[in-house]
Amino acid sequence: MLLRIAGTDPFSFKKMRKILFFLTFALMVLATWMTLFYAPTEVVMGHVQRIFYFHMGTVWAATVAFTVVFVASICYLVKETAKWDTLAYCSAEIGMLLLTLTIITGSIWAKPVWGTWWTWDPQLTTTFILWVLYAVYLVLRSGAGGRGKKARYSAIFAIIAYVDLPVVYVSARIKRGISPVVFGPGGGGIDPAMMHTLLVTLLGFTLLFILLLGERTRIMNMENQLYARGGRGG
Amino acid sequence: MPGYLYVLRRKRERTVSKILLIFRKDLLVEWRSKQIFPTMFVFSLLLLLVFNVAFEFRSDVNFRTVSAVVWITFIFSGLLALGRSFSLEKENNAFAFLLLTPVSRSYIYLGKLLSNVVMVLLSELFILPLFFLFFLFDAKGISLSLTGAILPFLGVTVLGTIGFVSLGTFFSSMALNTKLRDMMLPLLVFPLIIPVVITSVGICSSILEGRPFGYYAFSLQVLVSFDIIFVLLCSLLFEYLIEDSGD
Repeated sequence: MLLRIAGTDPFSFKKMRKILFFLTFALMVLATWMTLFYAPTEVVMGHVQRIFYFHMGTVWAATVAFTVVFVASICYLVKETAKWDTLAYCSAEIGMLLLTLTIITGSIWAKPVWGTWWTWDPQLTTTFILWVLYAVYLVLRSGAGGRGKKARYSAIFAIIAYVDLPVVYVSARIKRGISPVVFGPGGGGIDPAMMHTLLVTLLGFTLLFILLLGERTRIMNMENQLYARGGRGG
Repeated sequence: MPGYLYVLRRKRERTVSKILLIFRKDLLVEWRSKQIFPTMFVFSLLLLLVFNVAFEFRSDVNFRTVSAVVWITFIFSGLLALGRSFSLEKENNAFAFLLLTPVSRSYIYLGKLLSNVVMVLLSELFILPLFFLFFLFDAKGISLSLTGAILPFLGVTVLGTIGFVSLGTFFSSMALNTKLRDMMLPLLVFPLIIPVVITSVGICSSILEGRPFGYYAFSLQVLVSFDIIFVLLCSLLFEYLIEDSGD
């Protein structure tokens, strides 16, 4: 569905866009309500823990966004069609926005819980480097030169950056971290109501990402059409 | 010898000789022009001087800080050389002729990588004795035995250098073709080589502290995997990087 929205003619999916919009809107309202009222208050951290749901939501959507950048970049190098480049660029932009929100919400959460706005633990270090890498990606796009070159270079950089991240994480792990592990061993029990809230938030942010990506790609395609038309008219 | 083995051997020989040809050409150009190596060496010396003045190292040095200083020196001076490596090819459009040679693009990358690694390593070899002299000879609690500290230190230097030169060589050819040119290279390379910095500095400081091998074995594994992953990935992607230098 994602690729169909992103890659097609801007006006033929009007109806689906509307449905997606209302679905996302409803889910985000539901997620907000669940976060504020449905989920129980955490015993140790208190109300500030509630920001954690949106923190997880944004970081999840950002991960999806950067994975889309990676896949679209590979597709661009293989196929060399402009739509993959557009998809990668739009996804990187939205991923950047989501990751910035992740860092801000994480900071707000960390101040009362850890007693500091920022610490160089492996997850935070990796997140910071992730942010820098995609900032460089956007800089590279603005400073590369011609269209084809811009697309090819940024695709290559995106692939290398995506492969680099796990290595960054492993090497940062050499020092022990304090970021909480929610799932997997050491995660411990989680209240079902908290789990429901988390799942709804994750789904909401996934839909929000798809919606934003669809809209951004649509605008980008229009820009490209306009650019092409202007070029022909002189 | 069976026929197919002979063909395989011939093919490998030809591959290796193609890579070595590019390697030899680069070293010959450097031998005759003497541009990169002296610049790198003097730049490294200046960096060591600046760090020494800034940190005011005495006999109670922190081994972690000293290792960090030496790796920052290596990487900064190394990137200086790498930026030059491809801009040299731009003169008289030499790179176009290099592309006309009937070899796979990845061989060009591997040849360039090899010559860059050797050049950067050579300058590091010249700078290391001075580094030991300036920072470590009268440091407290250090034993500079050949097998205990110096040879492992050199080994890590080789591995770390391969790590950052592999990405540096790759991106210097990209950066030169962008509008921002040399300014782009550190921007592209620094965030990507963070694993090399973390592991190399960590291992070097462990070696200077006289820790056993098991203490830094994991870091060494990460460093070696980084080298393998990015040499392979870069030689694979090099085909796409220089497809057409027209636009």
